Amino acid sequence: MLLVLGGLWIGQNINLLPVDASANAPIYDELFRVLFSIGTILFVGIVGLILFSLVRFRRRPGQLGDGLALEGNLPLEVFWTAVPAIVVLFVGLYSYDIYERMGGMVPLGHGNHGSETVADQRVWGGIGSTQDSQTATTAGIPPFPIEVTAMQFAFLFHYPDGDFISGEMHVPVDRPVSLRMEAKDVIHAFWIPEFRLKQDVIPGQPTVLDFTPTRTGSYSIVCAELCGPYHGGMRSSVVVDSADDFDTWLQSNRKLPAAEA
Amino acid sequence: MTITAPQKTAPASPSLQPTGWLRYLSFSVDHKVIGLQYLVCGFAFYLIGGAMAGAIRTELLSPVSDFMARDVYNQILTLHGTVMIFLWIVPVVNGAFGNYLIPFYVGARDMAYPRLNAVAFWLIPPAGLMLISSYFITGAAQSGWTAYPPLSITTPATGQIIWILSVLLLGGSSIFGGINFIATILKLRRPGLKLMQLPMYCWAMLGTSILVVLSTPVLAGTLIMLSFDIVAHTGFFNPGMGGNVVVYQHLFWFYSHPAVYIMVLPAFGLVSEILPVHCRKPLFGYTTMVYSIMAIVVLGLVVWAHHMFTSGTPPWMRLFFTIATAFIAVPTGIKFFNWLATLWGGRISLNSAVLFSCGFIVNFVLGGITGVALAQVPFDVHVHDTYFVVAHFHYIVYGGSVFVIFASIYHWYPKIIGRMLDEHLGRLHFLLTFVGFNLCFAPQHWLGLNGMPRRVAEYDPQFELVNQISSAGALLMAISTLPFLWNVIASAFFGAIAGDNPWRALTPEWLTSSPPPVENWKGDPPLVTHPYGYGTPADEIDLNSASGSDLWRSGK
Repeated sequence: MLLVLGGLWIGQNINLLPVDASANAPIYDELFRVLFSIGTILFVGIVGLILFSLVRFRRRPGQLGDGLALEGNLPLEVFWTAVPAIVVLFVGLYSYDIYERMGGMVPLGHGNHGSETVADQRVWGGIGSTQDSQTATTAGIPPFPIEVTAMQFAFLFHYPDGDFISGEMHVPVDRPVSLRMEAKDVIHAFWIPEFRLKQDVIPGQPTVLDFTPTRTGSYSIVCAELCGPYHGGMRSSVVVDSADDFDTWLQSNRKLPAAEA
Repeated sequence: MTITAPQKTAPASPSLQPTGWLRYLSFSVDHKVIGLQYLVCGFAFYLIGGAMAGAIRTELLSPVSDFMARDVYNQILTLHGTVMIFLWIVPVVNGAFGNYLIPFYVGARDMAYPRLNAVAFWLIPPAGLMLISSYFITGAAQSGWTAYPPLSITTPATGQIIWILSVLLLGGSSIFGGINFIATILKLRRPGLKLMQLPMYCWAMLGTSILVVLSTPVLAGTLIMLSFDIVAHTGFFNPGMGGNVVVYQHLFWFYSHPAVYIMVLPAFGLVSEILPVHCRKPLFGYTTMVYSIMAIVVLGLVVWAHHMFTSGTPPWMRLFFTIATAFIAVPTGIKFFNWLATLWGGRISLNSAVLFSCGFIVNFVLGGITGVALAQVPFDVHVHDTYFVVAHFHYIVYGGSVFVIFASIYHWYPKIIGRMLDEHLGRLHFLLTFVGFNLCFAPQHWLGLNGMPRRVAEYDPQFELVNQISSAGALLMAISTLPFLWNVIASAFFGAIAGDNPWRALTPEWLTSSPPPVENWKGDPPLVTHPYGYGTPADEIDLNSASGSDLWRSGK
């Protein structure tokens, strides 16, 4: 009982994650706290049991006899098969609920699930993605499209709305953004830790990543798939601007398309 | 093929095999010699792979790339992964202990195919030397041990081809070994010995060998296709020629996820042998242990896509692989609870073998918990390919398998050499390894959660302190091998004489001399139908010496 309460407390109160800056990040953190609580309870319980056994049942000097000849206990086996099975099933279903709330269960080729569509909707198997992210308009605000190109060793951001290329990604706060990503050479992965999002960028196979930033600031974009010698240096940043700042930035770049491109 | 043996055997025991130390360098067909060859050869590669780990942790002391060139760093991390998996853990937990123990356990005088067995071992040293020498000759492969195309197609080809060739040879060795184990366990059992009377390590090796035989050929085929892409410019995985890079990932992980079980299932088996002997209790729940091994084998084959949650897999596939992966925790959990129940109420000798086994349980439980977390798609999408994953799999393969390898060496050294290891050095070794390991890898969970990707030579300066802590742990792990090395070398000459059965164990390898003779037993092999028949039955407890709680537990 104490163990359960302690585990819950640790899970809820010790924060190991960076700040959350996108609409799906708080949902992610909810899952993380549940997993962390369950994990702490299990780990502390098992380690406690081992330490107790090692101390309590250690061979003391002069003891030559054996332990008890317990060969098994069926009810006990059923118990510790059933309990983990139930826990695992609960965690699986819960994480699926989370995944759905983050928008991951959108059917293939139909990205029209509102604002928080995480993950890609790429058709597997080399058929090529027929998904057009710009049709995802059902939530009222159309997602802001950005085309991302990954190459050794940089990300380039092409803004169709203004037709210019930037080396740093600017996005408006509280508005869905839809990235259409393609790699020029090898596999890269587009990761923003504060957004709790990652998607591989695959050559020959466009992938799509939708998200809604919720906190202004500047965060790093990290390449998370080994892509060559300068993989560790393949970093960029995303600046989440307020709507006004973003418009200003967009306008200032739009005016000089030739210089930026 | 067979090297003709030098004929200088003693007249008392004529033998076609070389005797003395020379047999360890020969094409010996004795399963015990081959087991030791695997063990020593694997340990040599462990030291090489460990030196590479040291180089990696040195580079990561500072956030900038300053210790070695960036492409050298990628070569080192590729070699580190490949050496540790294919030349240390897989050959040692399967080849070394499997060859040494399985014939004893089934009551046979050797493996089913002794020559195939020797071939399987002798594929390893040339493959390993080729792999490592590629670094000095042309530069080694630098696309990671996963060798994902198109990176593996675009990096320098010679190193990559040598990498493919050596992994093919090592995979071949592994398949030969697997076939041999299956045949030996199923067909070479002593008459009268039933399957359900076998020691647990036989079951673990049977399950492992099934995985090896089913999945390693897939890796071989995949790597051959990859080599065609590199040298013959075919387009299987080259997107520029209409190939698909994700197909490679599916094929690669179809082997490489079961490879994790190929590394840990034998370790599970070895722990099941060690704990009952030193706890003086039967292995708890034998039948459920057998079924859970087989459940892990079946489930282990259908979870590979959890390595690819960010690669672009359809949602239904993610759902299936999440559930399948998480469910592996159930049979694995059964095994762990059974070991805990084996400890419970025992008379535990707190020696090095038991300490390493318990260290294994602690580390593996943590690695298992992070594993169940990683199986959840939304969780994985954040931490995939980060240091969180690095921490997770080192908890599984180092905290799991390598701890068990050390436990097994402490347990079986008296049988193999005939002398005892020094317990004080053994406990020092355990303490340094356990502290160093946790200091090295526990902080990496935090690094991954907070934004440090894996396989980088340079990183965000905010992670510098935690990386330095991790490197200090790695240094401690390096130091921890010194007492161990001294112990195994010195004890071979000066250790206390072990006698035939220093642990008072019941399994058949202890029912012969230490070290055992060629062909294992003088006379008939013993028939051991209760390999875990330790313990005092509840109704025979001496009422005068038993404590109150003993009586309470026994229901008197």
